[in-house]
Amino acid sequence: MAEIALTTRRKTRISGFRIVQIIVALLTIAFITWRFVGVLQSGIYGTDTWLRFIISGVIIGGVYSMIAIGYTLVYGILFMINFAHGEVMMLGAFSGYFVLEALRSWIVDPVNEVTFLNAYPIPAILLTFLVGMLTSMIIGVMLERIAYRPLRGAPRLVPLISAIGASIFFQNLAQLLFGPVRRIYANPTILDRANGIRLIVNEKTVVIQYTGIFTVIVSILMLVGLYLLVQRTRLGRAMRAVAQDKPTASLMGIDVDGVISRTFMISGILAGAAGVLWGIHNGIIYHYVGFIPGIKAFTAAVLGGIGNIPGAMLGGYFLGIVENLGPAILGIDFQLKDVIAFSILVLVLIFRPTGILGEVLSEEKV
Amino acid sequence: MENNAPVLEVINLHTYYGNIHALKGITLSVHKGEIVTLIGANGAGKTTTLKTICGLLKPRLGEVYHEGRMINVLKAHEIVSLGISMVPEGRGIFSRLTVLENLDLGAYIRTDRVAINEDLDRVFSLFPRLKERQKQVAGTLSGGEQQMLAIGRALMARPQILLMDEPSMGLAPILVESIFETIKTINQEGVTVLLVEQNALMALSIANRGYVLQTGQIVLQDTAANLQINEMVQKAYLGME
Repeated sequence: MAEIALTTRRKTRISGFRIVQIIVALLTIAFITWRFVGVLQSGIYGTDTWLRFIISGVIIGGVYSMIAIGYTLVYGILFMINFAHGEVMMLGAFSGYFVLEALRSWIVDPVNEVTFLNAYPIPAILLTFLVGMLTSMIIGVMLERIAYRPLRGAPRLVPLISAIGASIFFQNLAQLLFGPVRRIYANPTILDRANGIRLIVNEKTVVIQYTGIFTVIVSILMLVGLYLLVQRTRLGRAMRAVAQDKPTASLMGIDVDGVISRTFMISGILAGAAGVLWGIHNGIIYHYVGFIPGIKAFTAAVLGGIGNIPGAMLGGYFLGIVENLGPAILGIDFQLKDVIAFSILVLVLIFRPTGILGEVLSEEKV
Repeated sequence: MENNAPVLEVINLHTYYGNIHALKGITLSVHKGEIVTLIGANGAGKTTTLKTICGLLKPRLGEVYHEGRMINVLKAHEIVSLGISMVPEGRGIFSRLTVLENLDLGAYIRTDRVAINEDLDRVFSLFPRLKERQKQVAGTLSGGEQQMLAIGRALMARPQILLMDEPSMGLAPILVESIFETIKTINQEGVTVLLVEQNALMALSIANRGYVLQTGQIVLQDTAANLQINEMVQKAYLGME
């Protein structure tokens, strides 16, 4: 009898929470619709403006999704949030910056004062990415070795605290090394941030920057490459095996620590590329530049279903678009777009903690 | 057989889970070509013994030798490459990966693609059901098929010694029989087997020798035939009065 009473009570409690969830969801939808209708009726934004929001959303979404993959890969394998991941990206962005600066001051044609950067823009860009990715890769691997590996087997809060500590450490290290100044990325002229494809919409010009197109292309290429790596290669199979069951993976002869190390390598490479893209497209970097994109990408990873690779890709693009469209839809100030991103995080965690692609998490994972 | 040097030798093994003293001095040996079984009740230390041999657990005291080489200092993935494979308890397959991916992971340490494909065909001929379902996600297989997959996967490493932990657990009696038939076949093809079983009757029917474990200690060891007629074994593990 006591048991029956207990289960009944538990059932009512769950359905009570469910009702609250539904009410909150309906209120949220009603509120958004009300604001959106108001904005549309006022006609303050033309088609061209909406298009601009979507374009900038897609571009930033490409960067978010590359960083989000790093969170999701590491979570999938270690069940921990690598909160220093944004800083791994920031350090990649800085190393790319120094490569571009060096190439910009290297004059290959003294007569016409042509720099290496503009004489050979494609090798210059490739070198920048290479150095950026390599730096982030090394930082990522060292981070795991020094800050996380010794804590393997500790309660799950412990590596999380270590990650936050590492994040603060890297921010301060960058400030110490590079100073608190904002630096401007020196793009070659073919990737000038002022140029782009010009579309005429609504009798107004909408510019799609070349840097933006470049960002989206690089992002999609890297995401496809990563997906193939995880699904088709021996290393990818080993990663998925380690993610699912470490002891059994080691019984297959898989060096679990080695696979974890390589996971940090891959997520570092993606973060480094994302950092360089961030610099090339946004133009300005400083020691704190990894923090907000890092947390946004974490949001994107949660949104897509943490541990789920296609989910992180989708979540990154979705978040980028929503946070750019959101302030316009709600008719609020554009300074508040971070509020929208983090409100999404809170709402997802309340209503669908497993994310959009809803991977069913085993007890061990939760 | 007895006068050969053992291929696997365990000497005075003590393993702990935290402060719990799970193995209290296990000594056993396995010779080439044998099927040796460890029988005993729940919590006797059978699984712990296998986990210590394959490197998942580290003994606090005692040694494990493989062909005279001390292996208890090696990591689990290094032990696999010596030719010691384990079929873990509760099957331990990768449920989100396909059948074929599971089998490929079994051959993770090998690079000889041609021979791997030969072994794949061999596993498929042992377990035709797996061939039909090779593209399927392993989590959707039935219990018996998962057990076949776990055994097939271990064979993909082309092991010299196969450690099997409760291959009959949770299976229908007819499947248990076919699994044990397969174990015999594998053994006849030259694989040495160390088998842990609760189903002592089945285990002793195919084994050459057996050890009886009780609360972390070996209380009896003999040939399988003698164990089958041993009064204590009959009472405690074979359910005979």
